[in-house]
Amino acid sequence: MVRSEQKPFEEILDYLEGTKKVFILGCDGCAQASQTGGWPQVLEMKERLEGAGKEVTGCTVVDFLCQKALVASRLRPLEEQVMAADGVLILTCGIGVQAASAVIKRPIFPGCNTVPLGGTRGEWMGAERCLECGDCLLYWTGGICPLTACSKGLINGPCGGASNGKCEVSKEKDCGWELIYQRLKELGQLHRLKKFIAPKDYNKMRPRPEILSTSLWALEQRD
Amino acid sequence: MAFKEALQSGKFTVTAEVGPLKGTDTTEVLEVAELLRGKVDGVNVTDQQSAVMRLGSLVTCHLLIQKGLDPIFQMTCRDRNRIALQSDLLNAHVLGIKNVLAITGDYPTLGDHPDAKAVYDIDSVQLVWTINRMNQGYDLAGNELQGKTDFFVGAVVTPITDTEAAFELQLIKMEKKIEAGARFFQTQAVYDVDAFARFMKRAEGFGVPILAGIIPLKSVGMARYMNKNVAGVFVPEHLIEEMSKAEDKAQRGLEIAARLIKDLKDLCQGVHIMAIGWEKKVPEILELAGLA
Ligand code: SF4
Ligand code: SF4
Repeated sequence: MVRSEQKPFEEILDYLEGTKKVFILGCDGCAQASQTGGWPQVLEMKERLEGAGKEVTGCTVVDFLCQKALVASRLRPLEEQVMAADGVLILTCGIGVQAASAVIKRPIFPGCNTVPLGGTRGEWMGAERCLECGDCLLYWTGGICPLTACSKGLINGPCGGASNGKCEVSKEKDCGWELIYQRLKELGQLHRLKKFIAPKDYNKMRPRPEILSTSLWALEQRD
Repeated sequence: MAFKEALQSGKFTVTAEVGPLKGTDTTEVLEVAELLRGKVDGVNVTDQQSAVMRLGSLVTCHLLIQKGLDPIFQMTCRDRNRIALQSDLLNAHVLGIKNVLAITGDYPTLGDHPDAKAVYDIDSVQLVWTINRMNQGYDLAGNELQGKTDFFVGAVVTPITDTEAAFELQLIKMEKKIEAGARFFQTQAVYDVDAFARFMKRAEGFGVPILAGIIPLKSVGMARYMNKNVAGVFVPEHLIEEMSKAEDKAQRGLEIAARLIKDLKDLCQGVHIMAIGWEKKVPEILELAGLA
């Protein structure tokens, strides 16, 4: 299980500035369980966005957004609604956003932060990885996680160590930043790379006590 | 003239790099300092270069100041978190260091402690931004400093790359570094003047001085090694051929370096010579380039 929380609505609106038409995509897997991206949250988000003057071209919930093949097949009948949107707001964990944005040919907006569980996480279905950093950056990087796709976890651009698109740490691995560049170029979103991203709050990568709390932990808290 | 003043005067500025050794022996560094005094405008001191553990940049910069040189304190983001980086910046200011160069830093697996935990708490753009904040009297977290720093902040850029993505990303990151407060750039080694000119066409509009990197070739093997293993370094075949035909290869390497400096002179604001063990030959290169 991967746990997510919705980003503050103001942050989502910031992302959507200049974007009129939005398609909303939710996930009936972990995001449904986290109450961040199931049908109720998707419909609520639709209402809030419409209240904020946005046009919602459509919305749907896919069982598991981390399964690219499934996402592609579920979105096929809705292609018109998706393509009519200027961007797709995705309500799910970092893996789901990355997998879905690999399939969707529109700019994406992550609507959630993936929060740390402290080590135990669900299985992944593809190449996407999420460090559960608690403050998702996928908006800036076209849906490819800089913390996991870049070996150094650099968030403001590449290190200059890549050779022929491969990472300095391993020739078997693509330079994550070159992937990010390609993705944003395809989407006509290269300007997103110009934004300075302030140092991350790594405190958000520590699981909060209530997330860690097991009966054993609860027992340990008593003297 | 100090490094910053040299760059700001519009003079073609020369910096050289020294790398501290592994251990406490400073003889070599101090000898090099003697030879470089008065010949270069600034001296970069590398920070655990290639992720190989050695004497630190901070202390070596301090020794260079005592020798009458103007050091450029290189700092990578690999080994220290934001607390240690900022504390070392305060240390550096107190020791009289005026210039800092912010670098990401090679991954530990490239060095001699491949098991080390990499830090990268902040990246090079954020480090430039942090130094600028400290110059304004605040730390990264926004707390007021009792006594601020006053650094001339620089960063690095790789001007010649093997993919379009890498090239565009270098320019985007360069702009971000400038916005974060970078006032000068030193580049990866350049051997192809035309390729460098193409980079400068895109970068000169940024209006920040650029010092082109020079690594004198010592041998054909070194050129081939760099082509194969060092990202962003491309020695053209014709130079490798010139080296292999030369009788005195070491001498030819110095001549090529001098020729590159002459060719680069009209393109950028200075050169940064990374002699990698040949620091004592820097004065000779400068003489051959007509800069002595
Ligand atoms: S930025 Fe990466 S690590 Fe952080 S939540 Fe998003 S996908 Fe996960
Ligand atoms: S080569 Fe690319 S992926 Fe590897 S550490 Fe550098 S920027 Fe990150």
